[in-house]
Amino acid sequence: MAKKIHVATTINGEPVEFLCEARQSLLEVLRDTLNLTGAKEGCNNGNCGACTVLLDGQPVDSCLVLGVEVEGARITTIEGIAQDAHLHPIQQCFLEDAALQCGVCTPGFIMSTKALLDRNANPSEHEIRFQLSGNLCRCTGYDKIIRAVQDSAKALAAGGRRTTEKTARPNGSPAKQAQTQPR
Amino acid sequence: MAKVYIPAQWRDLTGGTADVQLDGHSLKQIVAGLEARFPGIAARVCDDGRIAAGLAVSIDGAISSRGLLAPVEPHSEIHFLPAIGGG
Amino acid sequence: MASSSFEKKKYKVIGTRPVRHDGADKVTGRAIYGSDFRLTGTVHGKILRSPHAHARIKSIDTSAAEKHPGVLAVVTSGDFPNLKNKIANLGEGSVNLAHLGANVLAHGKVLYKGHAVAAVAAVNPHVAEEALKLIQVQYEPLKPVVWVLDAMRDDAPLLHDDLRTSSMGKKGDKPSNISAHIHFETGKVDEAFAKADVVIEREFKTASVHQGYIEPHVATALWNEDGHLTIWTSTQGAFTARQQTAELLQIPVSQVTVVPCEIGGGFGGKIAVYLEPVAAVLSRKCGRPVKMVMNRDEVFEGTGPTPGSFVRVKLGATRSGQLVAGEAWLAYDAGAFPGGMIGPGCMCVFSCYEIPNARVDGYDVVNNKPKTQAYRAPGATQAAFACESVIDELAEKLGIDPIELRLKNAAKEGTRRVDGPVYPRIGFIETLQAAQASEHWKSPLVGPHRGRGIASGYWFNIGLKSSASASVNPDGTVSLVEGSTDIGGTRTSVAMQLAETLGIRAEDVRPQVADTDGVGYTDVTGGSRVTFATGLAAYEVGLDIQRQMAQRAALLWECDPAKVACTDGVYKTNGKSIAFAELAGKLGETGGPVVGRAAVDPQGSSNGFGTHIVDVEVDPDTAKVTILRYTAIQDVGKAIHPSYVEGQMQGGAVQGIGWALNEEYVFDEQGRMQNPNYLDYRMPTALDVPMIDTIIVEVFNPAHPYGVRGVGETPIVAPPAAIANAIYRASGTRMRELPMSPPRLWAAMTEKKS
Repeated sequence: MAKKIHVATTINGEPVEFLCEARQSLLEVLRDTLNLTGAKEGCNNGNCGACTVLLDGQPVDSCLVLGVEVEGARITTIEGIAQDAHLHPIQQCFLEDAALQCGVCTPGFIMSTKALLDRNANPSEHEIRFQLSGNLCRCTGYDKIIRAVQDSAKALAAGGRRTTEKTARPNGSPAKQAQTQPR
Repeated sequence: MAKVYIPAQWRDLTGGTADVQLDGHSLKQIVAGLEARFPGIAARVCDDGRIAAGLAVSIDGAISSRGLLAPVEPHSEIHFLPAIGGG
Repeated sequence: MASSSFEKKKYKVIGTRPVRHDGADKVTGRAIYGSDFRLTGTVHGKILRSPHAHARIKSIDTSAAEKHPGVLAVVTSGDFPNLKNKIANLGEGSVNLAHLGANVLAHGKVLYKGHAVAAVAAVNPHVAEEALKLIQVQYEPLKPVVWVLDAMRDDAPLLHDDLRTSSMGKKGDKPSNISAHIHFETGKVDEAFAKADVVIEREFKTASVHQGYIEPHVATALWNEDGHLTIWTSTQGAFTARQQTAELLQIPVSQVTVVPCEIGGGFGGKIAVYLEPVAAVLSRKCGRPVKMVMNRDEVFEGTGPTPGSFVRVKLGATRSGQLVAGEAWLAYDAGAFPGGMIGPGCMCVFSCYEIPNARVDGYDVVNNKPKTQAYRAPGATQAAFACESVIDELAEKLGIDPIELRLKNAAKEGTRRVDGPVYPRIGFIETLQAAQASEHWKSPLVGPHRGRGIASGYWFNIGLKSSASASVNPDGTVSLVEGSTDIGGTRTSVAMQLAETLGIRAEDVRPQVADTDGVGYTDVTGGSRVTFATGLAAYEVGLDIQRQMAQRAALLWECDPAKVACTDGVYKTNGKSIAFAELAGKLGETGGPVVGRAAVDPQGSSNGFGTHIVDVEVDPDTAKVTILRYTAIQDVGKAIHPSYVEGQMQGGAVQGIGWALNEEYVFDEQGRMQNPNYLDYRMPTALDVPMIDTIIVEVFNPAHPYGVRGVGETPIVAPPAAIANAIYRASGTRMRELPMSPPRLWAAMTEKKS
C-alpha cells in the first residue's frame, strides 16, 4: 500500500493537518478522517450536491475533489456556518420556512446558498434556481427551499435580523419571527 | 346477520353466489360458517390457522388487523381484499 | 370516535408552524444519519453483485478474497439458514422469507443485474472493493425478460420453477411468471357498456422508476460477544427491520436491537432490508462492527423501484356524462420475486368514481428487474395515469368541463368501491370544488403551445400500530418517546398533538424517536400513517397524563379527582386553579413521576383524495415540456403543521413531475440497467419546476380526535395524468406512455403530423 500523503489546510477558519491516500476524495477525508460528517454522500460522482463545501469561497462537490488537492486552501463546511452557538440567518430561514423534510440535502443547500448570497445579495427566483440546480432534493419539491433563500437574502440585507416581510407562502400565512445574531 | 361479500375469484366455490348472510361474533366464526356453506372456501381465506398472506379483511369499511379474532357486529359488512401497505 | 366539538374547535397548537424540534441539528450537519454513526473498531462491508439479469449460479469461490490483506470475512447465501417457504407477518403485510433472503443474497439463481451474490468485510471500503474483484463466480447466463407483457407470455423464460398463479388463494397448476391474478367485478359490465352512449378504451405503459432518496442505504451491525445483535440503520421502520433480520437469521427477536438513525428519505424504499442481515452475518464472522453503505448505482440496481406497467382502461358513459361502466386490465412488474403492487393498483384504478358496473383484472408478474417495492401510494400512480387520461378524453368528447364530469361521478360517503367496501365520510368532492374555485383554474392561460391539465388521485392511508410514552418534567415540559422514524417532520407533528391535548406549547414537548428496546412496537413510517396513528398514540398519552395530573391536583386540594377539570392546561376546581407547569413542580411531593403511555392500533383507512392542476408549455421543436404553474389540492383531514403538510404535497407533486417527464430505468437487450446514476436517471432539479402552490382542504376525519387523515402519499398519484392532459391541450398529442420525455413526445408529435 502506498504511503499516505500529508496535507495542511484551513477548515472553518482553523488550521488542519491530515494524512490521506491519493485515491481518497475530500468528502471521504472530511467524513471519515476528520469526523466532519455534515457533508453527505448521495452519489459520489458530482450529481447531487449533498457533499457541497466551499473551497476558497467556491461551492464544490467534495466528492469530486481529492483530499490531496486542498493543500493550502481554505475550506468551509456546514460545521463552520453557525457562529458562536447562533444559527446563521440562512440556517434560521431554512428552519422557519420548513425548507427541509428529511434534511439530508440541507447542509449542501445551505453551503450553495451561502456561496450564492456571498456573490449576489439580491438574486431573482430564476437565479436562485439556476445556482441551486446542482443540489438535488427529493423531499421538498424545492418550493420552500427557494423561499428560504429569498428570505435569507432579505435577512442578510437587514443586517442579519429577520424582517417582518416574509416571502408569501402558498396559503398566505406568515411564519414565526425570530431574532438571529447580526453578521 | 353479518353480510359477507364473496370475491369474484371465489365464486367458483359458491356456485356464483356473490354474498351471504352469516351469524358470528368473530371472523373465526364467520369463516367457519362460510366453510360449512361452501366447503373448501376456508382454504382460500386461511393458511396455517391465520388469514392467508396477501389477504386483508375489511369489516364495516375498515381493514382489520385482528385476524380471525376480529369482532363482527350483527349487521357488519365483510369483504376480502388484497392486502395493501404504503410507501 | 371524536365528537363534533373537536371538529369545530379552535386549536392553540394544531395549525401553527413551530420550528421543528430536531431543526438545529439538521441545519448544522450535526444530526446523525446512518452513515454518520461511528463505533470504534468498525470495518467496512461491500457487496458483489450479478452482472447478468438472469443466470444460474454454478459456483462461488471466495478463497482468494478471503486471503486478501485487510479482509476480515466473506459471506454468501450459504451463511444464512435455509428458509424454505416460511411466511412472516411484518405488520404492513406478509413476506415470503425464502424470497426475502434470496433477494438479500442470491441463492441458486441471480434474477436481475445488481442482484447481491456475496459480501466482504475489510479494513476500509477501498480494500473491500478490491476483494470483491477476487471472488470468482461461475454463471450460466439465461435469457432475461424485462417487459411485463413479455414476461406473461407462455414462451417467456421462467424465473421460478415453483411459481404458480394464485387467484386470491386458488393456485394454478402450471409454472408461470404470473404470481397473482386479481379480479373484481360488480354489476353487469358488458350490458352496461352495450347501453352506453360513449365508450373510450385506451392502453397505457409506464417505465420502472425509483424513489430516488438522496441518502443511499446504510447499516452498521455489531454481533456482540454475548450473542446480541445491534443494528444502527436508516430505516422507515426499526421494528420491521428487526423482525425481518431476526427471521432471516432465524434468531429470536429479543436477540436483536435496531437503532434507527436519522433517515435521508425513504418513500417506501427503506422498509425491506438489504444490508442489515449481511452486515450482521459479517459481524458474527469477524467479531467487529461492520458498516455497509450502498453506492448510488447499487441503490438503483439493487433495491426496489416501483413497478413498470401496462394498463388498459375502458369507460362507458351517457351523453350527459354519467359513468355507467368501467373495465380495467392491469399488468404490473413484481420484479425478481412475487408480491408487487398490483393489489392496490386494482383497488385504486376506479377509486375516485361511482361506477355501478365495473370489472378489474390485475396481474402480478415476475421479471428480471430488481424486486419492486413501495413508492409513495404504490401502484396508484400507474392506475391513475390511465383512468384520469381516459376521463379527460371523455370530458372532451362529451363537451363537459373536466371538473364538472368528475363532480358528476365523484365518489362520496356511501359510494361502493369496485373492490367492495363502502366509503365513510371522504373529501374528494371538496377537492374538486376547491379546484374550481382556485385562482389557478380561474386565471386564463395565454400563449401558443400552452395547455392546462387536471387530474385526481386517491390513496387509502393506513392505520396500523403505534406506541408512545411520555414523562412530565419538573419544569412542566414533557419528554415524549415514540417509535416512528422521522422522515419529514413527524416528531414535531406528533409532539404538537400531545401539546394540544395537554394545553401546553409545542416547544414544551421534547420528542424523541427510540430504538426497539426503548419504545413499544410501532409499525413503519409510511402509508401516510404517522401523524394519524402515532399522533393518536400521543393524544392518548396526553389523556393518560391529564388523568394523573388531575389526581395530583386533587391530592393538593384534598378533593375528589372527579371534581378536577382541565381546560387549556389549567386544572381547576371550585375557585382553585393550577397551571400544568406549576403542578409539574409538585409531582415529587404528590406521589412521584407522572408517566403516560399508549399503544394504538386504529383500524381502517383515512382515505386521502387530491386534485392537481398544471399548466405546461411544449416546445414544438424539441418537445421539451416546461411546467409553468402547478397547484396541488388535497383533503388532509386536519393539517397539524401546515408547513409540513404543504411540504408533503409539494414533494409528492415534484416526484410525480419527474415520473411524468423524465425518469425511467433504461434497459439494454440483456436486461441490464443503462442509467444507474443521477445524471442519466433524471430527477427534477430546482430549475425544472416552478413554485408548487398548495390548497389544503380539511374534511374532518371522524376516526381521529383531531380529524387527521394523513397526507404523504396521495400527492404523487395525480401528476402524470394531469401533465399528460396538459400536454394534450398544449400540443394536440395524447401521450399514453411514461415518461413523456422529449424523445418520446417528439416522436409522438411528429407521427401525428405525418
